[in-house]
Amino acid sequence: MDAHGHAHEMPWIRRYVFSTDHKIIAIQFLLMSLFFLVVGGLLAAMIRWQLGFPSEPMPGGMLLPDEMMAPTPAGAIMLPEFYNSLVTMHGTIMIFFAIMPLLVGVFGNLLIPLQIGADDMAFPRLNMASFWMAFPAGLLMLASFAVEGGAAGAGWTSYAPLSASGEYTGVYLGQQLWLISLTILGFASLAGAVNYITTIINMRAPGMTWFRMPLATWALFITAILILLAIPILAGALIMLLFDQTIGTGFFLPASDGEPLLWQHLFWFFGHPEVYILILPAMGITSDVLANGARKPVFGYHAMVLAIVSIAFLSWIVWGHHMFQSGMNPMLGTTFMITTMVIAVPSAIKVFNWLGTIYKGNIHLHTPMLHALGFVSMFIIGGLSGVFMASTPVDVYIHDTYFIVAHIHYVLFGGSLFAIFAGITFWYPKMFGRLMNEKWGRIHFWLTLILYNLVFWPMHSIGIQGHMRRIYDPTQYEFLQPLQPINQFITVCVFALVAVQAIYALNFIISIWKGKKAGNNPWHANSLEWTVPSPPPHGNFELVPIVYRGPYEYSAPDVEEDYWLQDAPPPRETAAPALEPQPVAD
Amino acid sequence: MSWMLPDSYSTFGPDVDFLYYAILVVTGIVFVITEALLVYFVIRYRRRDGQKATYIHGSTKAEIIWTTVPFIAVLGLAFISIPSWNMMKNPDSVPADALDYIVNAKQFEWEITYAGADGVTGTADDISTINIMHVPVNQAVNITLRSEDVLHSFFLPEMRVKQDAVPGMDITVWFEATAAGAYPIGCAELCGNLHTTMGGTLNVYEATEFDAWVASQSADADDADDADDQEDQ
Repeated sequence: MDAHGHAHEMPWIRRYVFSTDHKIIAIQFLLMSLFFLVVGGLLAAMIRWQLGFPSEPMPGGMLLPDEMMAPTPAGAIMLPEFYNSLVTMHGTIMIFFAIMPLLVGVFGNLLIPLQIGADDMAFPRLNMASFWMAFPAGLLMLASFAVEGGAAGAGWTSYAPLSASGEYTGVYLGQQLWLISLTILGFASLAGAVNYITTIINMRAPGMTWFRMPLATWALFITAILILLAIPILAGALIMLLFDQTIGTGFFLPASDGEPLLWQHLFWFFGHPEVYILILPAMGITSDVLANGARKPVFGYHAMVLAIVSIAFLSWIVWGHHMFQSGMNPMLGTTFMITTMVIAVPSAIKVFNWLGTIYKGNIHLHTPMLHALGFVSMFIIGGLSGVFMASTPVDVYIHDTYFIVAHIHYVLFGGSLFAIFAGITFWYPKMFGRLMNEKWGRIHFWLTLILYNLVFWPMHSIGIQGHMRRIYDPTQYEFLQPLQPINQFITVCVFALVAVQAIYALNFIISIWKGKKAGNNPWHANSLEWTVPSPPPHGNFELVPIVYRGPYEYSAPDVEEDYWLQDAPPPRETAAPALEPQPVAD
Repeated sequence: MSWMLPDSYSTFGPDVDFLYYAILVVTGIVFVITEALLVYFVIRYRRRDGQKATYIHGSTKAEIIWTTVPFIAVLGLAFISIPSWNMMKNPDSVPADALDYIVNAKQFEWEITYAGADGVTGTADDISTINIMHVPVNQAVNITLRSEDVLHSFFLPEMRVKQDAVPGMDITVWFEATAAGAYPIGCAELCGNLHTTMGGTLNVYEATEFDAWVASQSADADDADDADDQEDQ
């Protein structure tokens, strides 16, 4: 294989803008989704301002147009319709344009070919098209803030009929752009998913059996299957809603004999697999990083794979738990309660296996390891709080309160985002050739962990007191007024939480030029991406690697070091297979 | 900051609150054990130079234990939840002597219709109020929940009642208050720009007071020939 090939003769625009190299596309997705992560964070800060200090002039609010903020002599006060747009767009941008592309777009592109020993994706041009659909979709979503009537304001779930007709909200074009943007993003996701699945099935290096694949790749593989099956459901629903909005159909409008609950069924039939699309890759990343930090094989590798597969399967039959109070037949509620309770089991298996992985390890607390441990400890909380909502009678009370807001943020921020921080820090050298600064990495981790918990832990408590979500002004309800000091405390902590992310941003940017040179394998890891230079050349591998063992052979007694590269030939070439390290390899 | 539920004042209260605290205890135990192990392992097995980690790949016995124990625990929680859920949400569970109500939700108010003297809703002697609901204590009420426009969610926190109102559907909601007093009504589903203002009050009266209120309303209706809900505002 010609690793250096013609890449260097290509014009700049083909190498860095319209590149077909999976590593460049990964970096493009990274920059795009980090940008949207910042946008989503700023939207959250504005939401929190209104909740902590309802209808008080917002600092900097005068910079925003009158359609968003009502100007008064004292300053600009947020309008309720803008608040609804903020709530909607915060969720939409974070889920679809930050977390999902970070996990799937970045790590899928970066890791899959490198970890299985392939020179690129199966369809490099399709891969490029995937990014160049996702990015304009994101810009379109942002542009919807500027149109007449403002951005979509029916929640990130866009429940019909509120979302189906502009007469209920005054938002016409904004909602339509929301639908079009997500449809385009859906096509981008499908292109990516097809690519990942094909690449993993067809392009694994010799010796890279299914059960020698790193768990990050396993998780991304299963995630890609979920995307392939779930996104068409969403796209269908989005197009139906767009028709209701624009050409007068009435799929979801009762006045035209439509059915509002149909939207919820379609949305959550996509939406629950989506929840696992947002967590499975994070679990895979965590498994890779934990084994590396603990210098120990992943505990129960096969059980971990099986847990991923069972989560993916069960994720198709739990969607109704979002709809317990929707007016759906209560008998269905019972069915969905049982399946929902059962899906907690594979998640529990994963947690116990992670604990098993660090048990009797030789734990190096490098920054990625800290974030991976942060993931496990926060995911435990997010997983356990899910059990409350799964119990239908308890859900009657806590449904649509801040309890669910706390729960989703423990899963998606405490879970996914900590794993993303772990993954970015861990594979940063493979992208940029240099390491991020360890000291500032640790400072950022601890500040984020503490502030994050100060923000979201109290939300359980105000949810338990009955505080509804998505209300513009909690002080309108007398029974919520005593909770206002907690709301203010959360708001102040959110500002601090957003501010300390600047540490990570600076560390990220400065390290591109000033970071310590990484070499091939700075973390002494085993998988194939660490056998090639950082960053790897176009085409990745000089020679097709031959894989001899699983990816987690840390501290194996057969070798002196505490790691053993997957492509390192066995010490005795002629040795009988029985002398090979057994457990993960077959 | 508290994990304690606010007091409940309906017959659903004991069931919901028991299940909540049962789950709180079970998840609390798991939380403490797993987080404590995590911290303990990180400290106990922290890096020591020149030493290798123990080379373990797993344990089938451990996998079986930590698959079956959570499985039994969560199924147990599911099964003890079923009877309460049926009591709260199954239309067949509504007591036969329940008073009929209609609650009609629209942007951004709750319109409550009472059966009046004849005990049947949808007749000429119906009474209606806006955003204030009057019910007698220790008496089941059977609400037909409707919406005129978008989704709303009828939320009575102290009664442990929440149910979405869906346009085009008649949904049965019932509860029985166990103490007189005034309690909040909230809208728990985003319903538009003024969603936050869609609150109300549930007034629970002693039976005699409630009868007197119904009588006074019916008298007003006779005098004015239309249901007068102004005095309730």
